[in-house]
Amino acid sequence: MSTDILRFATAGSVDDGKSTLIGRLLFDSKSIFEDQLDAVERTSRTRGEEGANLALLTDGLRAEREQGITIDVAYRYFATPRRTFIIADTPGHIQYTRNMVTGASTSDLAIILVDARKGLQEQSRRHAFLATLLQVPHLVLAVNKMDLVDYSQERFEEIKQEFSAFATKLDVTDLAFIPLSALHGDNVVERSLNMPWYDGPSLLHHLENVHIASDRNLIDVRFPVQYVVRPNRADDPELHDYRGYAGQVAGGVLKPGDEVVHLPSGLSTRISRILTADGEVAEAFSPMSVTLLLEDDIDISRGDMICRPNNRPNVTQDVDAMICWMSESRRLTPGSKLVVKHTTRTAKVVVRDLLYRLDVNTLHREEDAADLSLNEIGRVNLRVTQPLFADEYKRNRLTGGFILIDEGTNATVGAGMIVRAE
Amino acid sequence: MSQASEALGRYQLSQLDFLEAEAIYVMREVASEFERPVLLFSGGKDSIVMLRLAEKAFWPAPIPFPVMHVDTGHNFPEVIEFRDRRVAETGVRLVVASVQEQIDAGKVTEQTGRWASRNRLQTSALLEAIEEHGFDAAFGGARRDEEKARAKERIFSFRDEFGQWDPKNQRPELWNTYNTRVNRGENIRVFPLSNWTELDVWGYIRREGVELPSIYFSHRRRVFERDGILLPDTPVITREEDEEVFEASVRYRTVGDMTCTGAVRSTATGLDEVIAEIAATRITERGQTRADDRASEAAMEDRKREGYF
Ligand SMILES: Nc1nc2c(ncn2[C@@H]2O[C@H](COP(=O)(O)OP(=O)(O)O)[C@@H](O)[C@H]2O)c(=O)[nH]1
Repeated sequence: MSTDILRFATAGSVDDGKSTLIGRLLFDSKSIFEDQLDAVERTSRTRGEEGANLALLTDGLRAEREQGITIDVAYRYFATPRRTFIIADTPGHIQYTRNMVTGASTSDLAIILVDARKGLQEQSRRHAFLATLLQVPHLVLAVNKMDLVDYSQERFEEIKQEFSAFATKLDVTDLAFIPLSALHGDNVVERSLNMPWYDGPSLLHHLENVHIASDRNLIDVRFPVQYVVRPNRADDPELHDYRGYAGQVAGGVLKPGDEVVHLPSGLSTRISRILTADGEVAEAFSPMSVTLLLEDDIDISRGDMICRPNNRPNVTQDVDAMICWMSESRRLTPGSKLVVKHTTRTAKVVVRDLLYRLDVNTLHREEDAADLSLNEIGRVNLRVTQPLFADEYKRNRLTGGFILIDEGTNATVGAGMIVRAE
Repeated sequence: MSQASEALGRYQLSQLDFLEAEAIYVMREVASEFERPVLLFSGGKDSIVMLRLAEKAFWPAPIPFPVMHVDTGHNFPEVIEFRDRRVAETGVRLVVASVQEQIDAGKVTEQTGRWASRNRLQTSALLEAIEEHGFDAAFGGARRDEEKARAKERIFSFRDEFGQWDPKNQRPELWNTYNTRVNRGENIRVFPLSNWTELDVWGYIRREGVELPSIYFSHRRRVFERDGILLPDTPVITREEDEEVFEASVRYRTVGDMTCTGAVRSTATGLDEVIAEIAATRITERGQTRADDRASEAAMEDRKREGYF
C-alpha cells in the first residue's frame, strides 16, 4: 500500500470526451462496481442509448443528469499498484471558469482534452491558460477521438504544433502530448496498435510515472502557525509547560536544532523537537501536519509564520495579485472592501487598483476595464489591514495563494495568486 | 511518518500519510475558527477513524470538542457498547440526539411500509440538536467515493439556518484555504475524510491498530433476506410471512440503523481477511448494504439537501 498520491484535473469542451475518458480510467482500473454499472446501464436504456454510457458515471447531481452537462467540480478516486489518483473533474464552459480554477488549485497535473477533428478551440486555450495561471506543474494535451481521423499522425502533429506555439506564451514547465481514443481505449491504459507512429507512453503510464516529488517547495521554510497546543495539565510535570505550535508545513524542510525566526516579531530561536502523535520526527516537509516545540518562550499565535533567518517571506500590506472573480452577485472594483484569508491569517483588505482585466481567450490585457465580474480574471493591487507573510505564487502555491470573502454574505468571491509582495 | 512513506523516497508521503495530514489540518482549522464544533460519532468505522484522527490532531491535549450520536433507537447493541467504551477512553463529552424522543414528542412521524426506517428521521434530530447546542461546525465521516452526490460536496460544506445544503451554490474551495465564516444559526459540515476511499479507511484501521465493533467481523447471526439485502431478525423490523429467518455467518460492511443496514455473508474473522474481501468485491458498500440509497438515483442528494449527514 505504499503508493503516493497524484491529483489531476481534467478539462475539455463539451463533447470532447472527458466523461468517457474518466469513465474508462475508472473502469479499466476496476474502480467501477457492478451496481454502479447496472445503474448506468438502466439509465442508458431509458434514454434509448445502446450499451452502458460510461460518461454517465461521472455526472453527480440531479440537475447535471437532467441537462447532461457537468456543472460543478466532482472528485473521483482510483488506484493502480503504482499510484493513488484523485481526479478533479471540472466543467468546460466559460461560465464555469471558477470551478476549473478550484479544481486546478490542488492539482499536480492537468489533462486538457481536444477533439482531433476540431483541433484547438478557444476553450482549449483558456483551459491551458488557467492551468498555468494556477501553476499546475504538469500539463497533458490529450488529442482525443483519433479513431475519427483515421489515427492520422499528420493531424496529431498539426495540433501539437499549434498548441506548442500557443504554449510559448504561457508559463508551462512540463508538457506532454498524447493521441487517444477514449471510446475505444487507444493509448488510455495500453499503448495503441492503431498508432504505431506514436512512441510515447499511454496516458495511464504517464500519470503513474510523472515525477511530482520535486514540485513542492522544499527550499523555503514556511510554517504558518495554525493552532497552539496547550494541554493545561498542572498535575503533569511533563506537560505543565508544554506549548506546541501545530500546523501543516507549507514549504522547505524543518529539522530539530534548526534556527528559526518568528514573524511578525522577528525574534529567533531554535526548533527543539518536531512532534506528531506517533512520536518525534527527524524532518518535516510539505504537506506534513506536525507540532513544533521551540527552545525559547516567544509569544506565538495562530496566523503567525515560522521561517529561517536568511529566507523569509515578504512581510507586507501591499499585494499585487491575479484575481479570479467568483461572485455572481457582486463585482470587484477599485475601492471594494473584502476579507482576505491567506494561509492561517485572516484580515481586511481594500482593492486599491484594477490594473487590467485579462481576456482569457486571447490573453489580451484590457487596461481600461472598470471592474471584474463572475469568472473574469484581472490583476489588482490590494492594501491589507495587517501584514501578510507572503511569497510569489510562482514560488509557493500555499503561501502565494489566498481567497477573498464578502463580509456581508460570507461567500468566497475570489481566488488570488500573488505576483508581487513588497 | 510511516515506514511506507520512507520506502517511497525522500520527501514523499504515502497516500495514508498524505490523507492523515490533510484530515488533521482540517480538524485543527475547525478547532481554531469555530466556537462550538462537534464530531458526529455513530460507532461506525468512518467515525471511529475520525475520532482517532481527532486524538492525534490535538495530542497531547484532549480533544477540544464533544461528540454527538444521532441515536435512532434501532442500534446494534454491540455498537452502543463500543461507543460508550471509546467515549470513556478518550474522555470526550457525548451528546445524544434521540430520534425516539422526536417521535414521542410528535415532531416527526414514524415511516410505515416495507422499508420503513428511521434513517431519514435522523435529519430532524440532528438539526434540532445542532440548534439546541448552538453547534456551528459538525464533523461528518462521509467520503466522496461513497456516492455521486457526495463526490461533489466540499470539505467545508455550508448549511443555511434550516440546515439545508444547496449543491448548486457551494463555496469554491481552493488550495487548503477554507472559508469558515458563518452567521448565527448557520453551520458548516466538515468532512475530513472526503478524499479517503473505503480501502484507505480499512488500510488506516490496520496501520493504526484501531479497534472496531465486533459486528465488522464474521459472526453467526439470525437474518432474513429482503430484496437481496440480509436484514437482522429483530423486533424493530416486521417480517412478512414468506420471509424466513435463518442463521448465517455474516459481517457488516457499514453500520447504520438496523432497519436499513444489510449484512454480507462472510467468514472473515480477522482484519486482513476482511480487507482482502473488500478489495475483491465488485459492489459498492452503499449498494451492497444500504436500503436507503436504493429509493432512486438521487436518493442521497435529496436527503443531503434536507440536511442529512
Ligand atoms: N469516436 C469517438 N467518440 C468518442 C470518443 N470519446 C468520446 N466519444 C463520444 O463523444 C461524445 C461525447 O463524449 P463525453 O464523454 O460525453 O464528452 P464530455 O462532454 O467531454 O464529457 C459521446 O457520444 C462519446 O461516446 C472517442 O475517442 N472516439
